[in-house]
Amino acid sequence: MSLIDLANPTRFLALTARLLPWLALVTVVLLGAGLYLSALAPDDYQQGATVKIMFIHVPNAWLSMFVWGVMSIASLGTLVWRHPLADVAAKAAAPIGASFTFLALLTGSLWGRPMWGTYWEWDARLTSVLILFLMYLGLMALWRSVEDPTRAARAAAVLTLVGAINLPIIKFSVDWWNTLHQPASVMRMGGPALDKSFLIPLLVMAIGFSFLFITLHVAAMRNEILRRRVRSLQMMQARAYQGNAPASGATSQIVGAA
Amino acid sequence: MTALGALIRRDIRIALRIGGGALIGVLFFLTVVVLMPFAVGPDLALLTRLGPAILWLGALLASLLTLDRLFTADHEDGSLDLIIMSRTPLELACAAKALAHWLAAGLPLVIATPVLGLLLNLDATATGAVALTLLAGTPALTFIGMIGAALAVTMSRGGLLLAVLVLPLSIPVLIFGVAASQAAIVGPLPFGAPFSILCALSLVSFVIGPFAAATSLRNGLD
Repeated sequence: MSLIDLANPTRFLALTARLLPWLALVTVVLLGAGLYLSALAPDDYQQGATVKIMFIHVPNAWLSMFVWGVMSIASLGTLVWRHPLADVAAKAAAPIGASFTFLALLTGSLWGRPMWGTYWEWDARLTSVLILFLMYLGLMALWRSVEDPTRAARAAAVLTLVGAINLPIIKFSVDWWNTLHQPASVMRMGGPALDKSFLIPLLVMAIGFSFLFITLHVAAMRNEILRRRVRSLQMMQARAYQGNAPASGATSQIVGAA
Repeated sequence: MTALGALIRRDIRIALRIGGGALIGVLFFLTVVVLMPFAVGPDLALLTRLGPAILWLGALLASLLTLDRLFTADHEDGSLDLIIMSRTPLELACAAKALAHWLAAGLPLVIATPVLGLLLNLDATATGAVALTLLAGTPALTFIGMIGAALAVTMSRGGLLLAVLVLPLSIPVLIFGVAASQAAIVGPLPFGAPFSILCALSLVSFVIGPFAAATSLRNGLD
């Protein structure tokens, strides 16, 4: 089963119909285990219980960037290979990515209040994630303003690839600029700086959230394919109606008047 | 090269003549700067401190406002289709159009900056610094904005969408433009570092802008 085989939407729908319940099951198990482990994790000696916001905040922040990465790859699929499912994948991912970004900003803000003393600070990491959120919204606006889905897909693909330049800026903003947001402590040279009692729940939550994204993404792609089928059926119906008596009668009237 | 030269000359001529509207951008720039003292109060010390930021914001909005002229007029009268079909690579044609647009609409903003600096109580050093950063940064605004203009050209309500798409992408230019101006005026950081990054942003936009705009024009108009 390669990517080419999945190009057939019917085959994709059949495969994902069998896959989706299992994906959902894995997501529920992983998120449940992650939440349980997070609750068991000890309080931090400095931050107290608020450190547990991290188990929600960090996976959301990772996924906010990961989803844009997925959309960039799908955009390449649209522009380079004209893969029929690539634009469906890109379109379905945008609202999910926007939600993860919003949750990352929200939980970060709630975490910032007790730790930094402020809900919002114009530091490099926060600002660049906010820009990412604005770009998600702009992309969704672009999808909604072009009627023809294939044309919208190509316009959105160009914008997605241009916007991907923001991803390295977000990732390295905490290293380039010396800011309030702490530097990377998990994915860094020389291994994670986090203690095991925090690292394991965090990783379980991160994998759980990734499966949540995959599940939601596959479900949204199925919806999008079905929505397009409905749209093309409606257009066929409209065309068939136009071919019948009332429409042709109206045309002859106009021609007669002219 | 002659085709590109002709394209640049034509675009500048159209922009400067009646109906071109390139200089309306300068008028808008002036109006935005005049509005600021009403909003923050006529405190000259405060205006001196905010001056570079106000000038940069005004220039950003003014260049955004003129961007939809970049392709729409050509799209309406059909010359855009001829440009796409011509033997000149569309990427180069896009770059030429953006250059012409910057000469007609971006450069006047830079030239107007010293006059507007007087209104905001900026001294000679500060005005010079802001004008220099605008000279280095406005090409980036035009070339990044061209991507949005190319995406919006085929849509009925392109103007508002253009702003939503382009403004997030132009934030880095704004950050480093204002940072370089502030560094020249009050320090303590050196002027060179943010100014070099600003120049780098312009150079990167020269590469990315024409390719992305040409791709979206080809896809949008076929």
